[in-house]
Amino acid sequence: MELRKKSRAIRHTIGDRIFLTVDFIVLFLLLVIIVYPLLYILFASFNGQTTKMGLSLIPEKWSLQGYIAIFEYKYIWSGYLNTIVYTVVGTAINLFVTICCAYPLSRRDFKGRGVIMVLCMITMYFSGGLIPTYLVVKNLGLLNSIWAIVLPNAMSVYNMIVMRTYFDNQIPEELLESAQLDGCGNIGFLRSIVLPLSVPILAVVGLFYAVNHWNAYFNAMVYITDRTKYPLQVILRDILITNTLDPTETSTDIIAQQGMEERRNVMKYSLIIVASLPVLVLYPFIQRYFVKGMMIGALKG
Amino acid sequence: MKVKSVEKRKMSIWEGICREFKKNWSLYLLVSIPVIYLVIFRYVPMYGVQIAFRRYQPVRGIMGSPWVGLDYFKQFITNHRFWSIIRNTLSISLYTLATFPLSIILAVLLNYIPLRGFKKTVQLVSYAPHFISTVVMVSIILQFLDTRNGLINILITSLGGEAVNFMAKEEMFYHIYVWSGVWQTIGYSSIIYIAALAGVSPELHEAAIMDGATILKRVWHIDLPCILPTVMIMFIMQCGTVMSVGYEKVFLMQNDLNLAVSEVIDTYVYKQGLTASMPKYSYSTAVGLFVSIINSSLLIFVNWAAKKFSGSSLW
Repeated sequence: MELRKKSRAIRHTIGDRIFLTVDFIVLFLLLVIIVYPLLYILFASFNGQTTKMGLSLIPEKWSLQGYIAIFEYKYIWSGYLNTIVYTVVGTAINLFVTICCAYPLSRRDFKGRGVIMVLCMITMYFSGGLIPTYLVVKNLGLLNSIWAIVLPNAMSVYNMIVMRTYFDNQIPEELLESAQLDGCGNIGFLRSIVLPLSVPILAVVGLFYAVNHWNAYFNAMVYITDRTKYPLQVILRDILITNTLDPTETSTDIIAQQGMEERRNVMKYSLIIVASLPVLVLYPFIQRYFVKGMMIGALKG
Repeated sequence: MKVKSVEKRKMSIWEGICREFKKNWSLYLLVSIPVIYLVIFRYVPMYGVQIAFRRYQPVRGIMGSPWVGLDYFKQFITNHRFWSIIRNTLSISLYTLATFPLSIILAVLLNYIPLRGFKKTVQLVSYAPHFISTVVMVSIILQFLDTRNGLINILITSLGGEAVNFMAKEEMFYHIYVWSGVWQTIGYSSIIYIAALAGVSPELHEAAIMDGATILKRVWHIDLPCILPTVMIMFIMQCGTVMSVGYEKVFLMQNDLNLAVSEVIDTYVYKQGLTASMPKYSYSTAVGLFVSIINSSLLIFVNWAAKKFSGSSLW
């Protein structure tokens, strides 16, 4: 104890103390710079009136106007529902395809793993680009359907490698041998032994995929033209960025336009909160899984 | 005799494949699903890239469309917007690349903070913006920079300044794009360096402390050399995407007033290829291919340079 105290005393020279003070101040400032805007949005969403909100976080008058305006707007509902469907179906397909690729590639006795690995790696560095991919989706007749969202990105090679690395390191070969002696086939082994042992990595990779689906807008914008099939992010973009509440309501009436503008102003902050809510609520719990996933990926990459 | 043995070996290879397939047919069945996916959605588009060299007409298909060679590439290079698009793309990506060391600095700062609770809080909070979607991020930017109600302008006017219409100012576009990106990603990209720093041998530090090295000296002489391989890998990967900036975000931040500085290659490809009244499939594919070629050559070059000078590389 005495010794440790002494060594700490030696460690903290004047230079080090300055360093640590500066370190603390910088990190504290960073914390404020990141937290303040987030809290500002949260509180502003309860500031119903369109009047400006000052620099203080607490609104003058609490109100749920912003949230009520959202509930009255039908495209938000369809957008929300679509996003949930795309995320659930998309993530399920992602996980299925990724497991189908990662498991055989993790098996040392699987001939041809080298060839398939190269096949996967090439797609990490080269791609056909936007237009040729669009033409494939179009020629398959997938435009304007959920399949255009979930199939073109059915697997991310990066996530596949993360999962394969986990299978490689965490499933002992002896398990397979003894299962084979008991007459267990490959699929049976995968289903009843490998997958139950790999719940952590399935969670990590599933979360990576799910967050991507939840936040994606570009593919939907390219492949979907039917407004009732838009995911939430595209609806958000229309309202918050391009300023169109409802393209069918193209009225030149100034009063109607002002009403639209007002409605938009009322719900802009609450919309941000509603759109980010699932991720924000889950975030503190899932954060460590993401960190874990990054680590596994980093060790490999 | 010789012929026979060769034949025998051939037979045994064939038999081996058969036996292997019989034994592991289910593995091949499994792997066929991702392979079919990769072929349809990754390799068929790569084959389709040849429409950059053809005057593509949908009714005639890829092979039926007439070959025009490098016409579309010439068309792009001689386009009056060519230089401005290239300049915008490079400005944005090089500016972003310049902020690359910030997440390393953050990792180092976090590494030396003695207060565990504070460190955990900073980490938890700084990773959070990574999970905000691009659409929401750009909405936040637009609302904070709003001329009348935006937080930034309220701050400026309360300090006695004039409200600024940031999104209409060409010279502000890159700063807004890059620094909002730093705000969003600095925490999350530091994870990998924090992991690398945690792997630095404590013995090195103990020895340095014995010799009376200050923290700054230890950062410079121990930490940085130890995490250099990780840094190099991340750097090479970023250099490989120099020509493809985050078009999803740029696209959303564009407006008529800043278009002169905000049109980058990928948004140009999208507009020319898909939203124009007469979609120019071949032309925009050619533009996209032009960019991929530059990206790939850059990646190979940087990787070669990194291998030569620091010994770490992607392959």
